Amino acid sequence: MPADTTRAHWPAAAVVTGQGSGQALLLEQPLSFWGGYDAARGCIVETRHPQHGANLAGRVMLMASAKGSSSSSSVLAEAIRNGTGPTAIIMRERDLIVGLGCIVASELYACHVPVVVVSSDDWRELLARARDAQGRWHVRAPESGVGEVRLVG
Amino acid sequence: MLELTALDRELLGGQHGEAAALAMRVLVRSATLMGADDLLDIHNAHIDGCLYHGQASLDFVERLVEGGGKVKVPTTLNVGSLDLIHPELFRGGKALQSQAERLMQAHVELGCESTFTCAPYQGRNRPRFGEQIAWAESNAIVFANSVLGARTNRYGDFMDLCAALTGRAPNCGLHVTENRVGQVLFVLQDFPHEPAGRDIYFAALGLFAGKHVGARIPVFDGLPPDTSEDELKALGAACATTGAVGLFHAVGITPEAPTQSAAFGGRPVPETVRVSRADLDRTRAALSSARPGDRLVAVSVGTPHFSLAEFDQLLGLLDEQQARPCIDFYVNTSRFILWELEQAGKLNQLQESGITIVTDTCTYITPVMRQTRGLIMTNSGKWAHYAPANIGVEVAFGSLRECVLSALRAEVVFDAR
Repeated sequence: MPADTTRAHWPAAAVVTGQGSGQALLLEQPLSFWGGYDAARGCIVETRHPQHGANLAGRVMLMASAKGSSSSSSVLAEAIRNGTGPTAIIMRERDLIVGLGCIVASELYACHVPVVVVSSDDWRELLARARDAQGRWHVRAPESGVGEVRLVG
Repeated sequence: MLELTALDRELLGGQHGEAAALAMRVLVRSATLMGADDLLDIHNAHIDGCLYHGQASLDFVERLVEGGGKVKVPTTLNVGSLDLIHPELFRGGKALQSQAERLMQAHVELGCESTFTCAPYQGRNRPRFGEQIAWAESNAIVFANSVLGARTNRYGDFMDLCAALTGRAPNCGLHVTENRVGQVLFVLQDFPHEPAGRDIYFAALGLFAGKHVGARIPVFDGLPPDTSEDELKALGAACATTGAVGLFHAVGITPEAPTQSAAFGGRPVPETVRVSRADLDRTRAALSSARPGDRLVAVSVGTPHFSLAEFDQLLGLLDEQQARPCIDFYVNTSRFILWELEQAGKLNQLQESGITIVTDTCTYITPVMRQTRGLIMTNSGKWAHYAPANIGVEVAFGSLRECVLSALRAEVVFDAR
């Protein structure tokens, strides 16, 4: 079934609460923040990563799943503190390491970067839209656990 | 919905101080994320928060110190970025040094023991069979679960400390009996049984299996009946390097696997992989292109930290050869083992043999080695995997015996295979 190219609203499970928006940055492969992201400069430094060189600052990051060291939580929290982290994270698989980085940043710095998880079918649609749509993405992850992703424009 | 006890709610509500409340909030949010139904009591913790990853690492611990935080259970610390016993070995910048030192000190102020080792299980923190614990550091987790039969999930930054400050952890994953059964069987066909030089095959097997299983639980059948604790340590550390392995079973050797059937909880084996010695030789070769005769600049062993038994093997090998290494020979270990060596009168002997002992940290995560240009030999699968990216070295991968023979000649020596 071809992806619905008119849809602009997807339900999502709220994993870490918060709200955030920005242009999409799609990571075509999992990234280990530890050893893979330079939180001081805001730059993906894993040389073999397809998005090598990209800056997550101000972007809604889409990453299907995570990989690598548990130290990634610290690096992600440091990136959020430093303003080099994403404004929201959309995933297909729930991940404690990514979640923890955002939880700790929200507790320490009151920077509430939401993490949401969408179904596999919705993930495929989001991928297609993130690859060609120019719009602005809005992620909402409320306390109730029932969150949403919206694409505007 | 996460169910909390009255005590959990008190902690959350700040009745036990600001720090405990922060720790409980992070724990509750994480437990919800993991889908746990409730929390359980833990008996001890091992914290991997002493490596400096930027300001956020330090801010979190300082917030807990300011909030009057104290650990609720006996808690050991993993390696830091500095060797506090031998500070003169550090070759990095002053700013990093002072931040890293403060991070280590702040953990001690929370009541953690200043162990600074990735092998706490070979010191005084040796959990009992079936004990619920909250451990971080991938090799320590896999050792505690597999070799000791204690129960921990793969905790890491922040979570480990939150568990220690509250004495609680999410009741799910490897804490639960039914989640501890084997998932992939590795049948070892001609695994070397002769003890001399076989350590490298445990490391190679771990790298091989970890890559194959990802986050599943491997079961090994066919390891030598006299497999030592240090060999299981090398196997687990390597598994947890290439895979997200938190637990393995070795049939007839580890406590939850008296038989193959027990290792799989009496269920059918979902997948079987046959592993030959040739497969393991290929794993070795894939890690390093070093050839016999290549010039070597240093040797580094003790990742995970060297045990007393491993120091005895090293002393035995040096004694056998009646010669000193003519290149830098680093051994990473804990300050606890260092004191034991001193007590036993072995420290002098090692120093006279030209061995440099690094404590509290490890040669692949912090600038302590004098030479990082050129080829460095190790028997550690974990070191061989991470060191090239971390500190930019080239690696030769050989047994402890091969490391010693190579160090005596400043060139790579491999046993005939």
